[in-house]
Amino acid sequence: MSFLTNLINGISLGSVYAIIALGYTMVYGIAKMLNFAHGDVIMVGAYISFCATQYWHMPAWVSVIVAMAVCTVLGIVIEKLAYKPLRNATSLAVLITAIGVSYLLQNLALLIWSSNTKNFVSIVNFGNLSLFGGKLIISDVAIVTVLCCVVIMLLLTWFTSKTKMGRAMRAVSEDKGAAQLMGVNVNQTISITFAIGSALAAVAGVLLCSTSPVLMPTTGAMPGIKAFTAAVFGGIGSIPGALLGGILLGIIETFGKSYISTELGDAIVFAILIVILLVKPTGLLGKKVNEKV
Amino acid sequence: MKKFVALVMTIAMVMCMALPAMADGAFKIGFIGPLTGGAAVYGISAKQGAEIAVQEINEKGGIQIAFQAEDDMHDPLSSVGAYYSLMDWEVQVINGCVTSAPCAAVAAEAYNDRVFMLTPSASSPSVTEGRDMMYQICFTDPEQGKTAAKYIGENGLATKVAIIYNNADAYSTGIYQGFVAEAANQPFEVVATESFSDDANPDFSVQLNAAKNAGADLVFLPIYYTPASTILNQAKNMEYQPQFFGVDGMDGILTMEGFDVSLAENVMLLTPFDLNDPETASFAEKYMTAYGTMPTQFAADSYDAVYALYDAMIACGVTPDMSAAEVCELLVAYFPTMTFEGTTGTMQWDASGAVTKVPLVVKIVNGAYVTQ
Repeated sequence: MSFLTNLINGISLGSVYAIIALGYTMVYGIAKMLNFAHGDVIMVGAYISFCATQYWHMPAWVSVIVAMAVCTVLGIVIEKLAYKPLRNATSLAVLITAIGVSYLLQNLALLIWSSNTKNFVSIVNFGNLSLFGGKLIISDVAIVTVLCCVVIMLLLTWFTSKTKMGRAMRAVSEDKGAAQLMGVNVNQTISITFAIGSALAAVAGVLLCSTSPVLMPTTGAMPGIKAFTAAVFGGIGSIPGALLGGILLGIIETFGKSYISTELGDAIVFAILIVILLVKPTGLLGKKVNEKV
Repeated sequence: MKKFVALVMTIAMVMCMALPAMADGAFKIGFIGPLTGGAAVYGISAKQGAEIAVQEINEKGGIQIAFQAEDDMHDPLSSVGAYYSLMDWEVQVINGCVTSAPCAAVAAEAYNDRVFMLTPSASSPSVTEGRDMMYQICFTDPEQGKTAAKYIGENGLATKVAIIYNNADAYSTGIYQGFVAEAANQPFEVVATESFSDDANPDFSVQLNAAKNAGADLVFLPIYYTPASTILNQAKNMEYQPQFFGVDGMDGILTMEGFDVSLAENVMLLTPFDLNDPETASFAEKYMTAYGTMPTQFAADSYDAVYALYDAMIACGVTPDMSAAEVCELLVAYFPTMTFEGTTGTMQWDASGAVTKVPLVVKIVNGAYVTQ
């Protein structure tokens, strides 16, 4: 039973990683850049949701929508101000800018919300699921997290394959120049990608903090790095890869912690990443170029 | 015209700077702690607690206190820099530092310069070791661990105990080691020892599962309140309800913004800081009026530190014109002989700088501390 509990915890944690990893992977697929500020957008999303429920007394589901809206705008603004002027700069310059934006967001959060940690109030409260006479307890947050992940994944797959904008995204990711010649508005497509990625980050932030409720300006940093690992693990640029990488990472982390060592949990995660990348440098699903977004 | 304005402003500035120095007959007490950065919550609390004490003493009349606070950002190098700023200000004694690693760094310098230091909250034994001018207001970490183990054993709170501690933190590890050493003499069994390392929002489902599967009926949490709040929350999510037993780092959990106080119901913790005590209550009230929140233990420790320093300086006949080194020799001789009544208990010190005071166990009932 403890095996099942760990498995469920792992899948739930992995689902959060997967939702964050989508943001990394989509932006990388389209703009060929690593948006290291993505982890901090998660933190902003969680703070907005916190403020909405605690200060403005909104219902939980409204707070999620507000957080998504704010993060969408934030994502577009970051892209317009920080990344668009560097569209033709070296990838190193863009990377450093992304790190700068990450620190900017953390310090702004420090200014606005101070360094006092806040305790995020879980937005899911319909009660835990108790199975096998109370031997296996699945928390309500875990159920909602996994469901959210599945729904988001289905919606994104539909969006990228069936809608005009989604097809434009795939075209830009395959060949930016050719797509532009065919009449695709590249700048708009990149903005939309940032918007979607940031809205997902808000959802991830709310789900992450509903599971482990500590909210501070550095909350997004570590999950951001782990989700980036998940994206690389699954094959960066691939949507199913982000899902697979995220869930596997969550499971490996939980099992590593419970059966090997709690202290080495993170080390095990990154060691496995190194092994996978040595064997398969493009990540688990990285080769299917046609699935790039 | 511009020159005139500049001149006036310069004169005004010089006057402003000269004013505090002109208030003759004032002891110069310096303060070092993290006022910005990740540990700022502790430093700001401690600074505010000290300011209340300074204000009270200055209102009473007699020898006044000139108080200067320096920020160390919880960084040893910056802390030494802050110490030099205080030395330039010709500080007489130091209330600080707030956190252990910076405190050990500053104490090494202050030992050579002969400046007396009393830390409100740096609890690692490495702070005082080998330094005769370094004293503590708070318990050392292993001592606190031992006290907790004794209390649990003597009151029969549990037969099977699990421990979750932060192995990347000297404070947590120190208490854990003291606890385990004393647990061997106590009638309970330690069935699970789980650890985690510093992380902004760690996940404790694995550690709690291990404790639950080992059948622990008490979980000892020698950690700060931030991770503790996550543990309480996740334990509820997995419907695991052991007795939780925390240490002084747990203080502050009830005032954490957004924290569901019902999660902490029945949690026990060790604290030298009892709000039900009238003297403490009066301090808490003043603090509340001045800063709009309840004081944490850091504030109370720092408040006590200012009073202990002031009382000792008065008792030794220190005058405001004495140098730091002269004050230091008097206080080093006097501190081991003094008994001090503060908001955090009645304190006595041994020559090593460690404090002896009776810790208090409180239980959280209906969102408030109830003395056990």
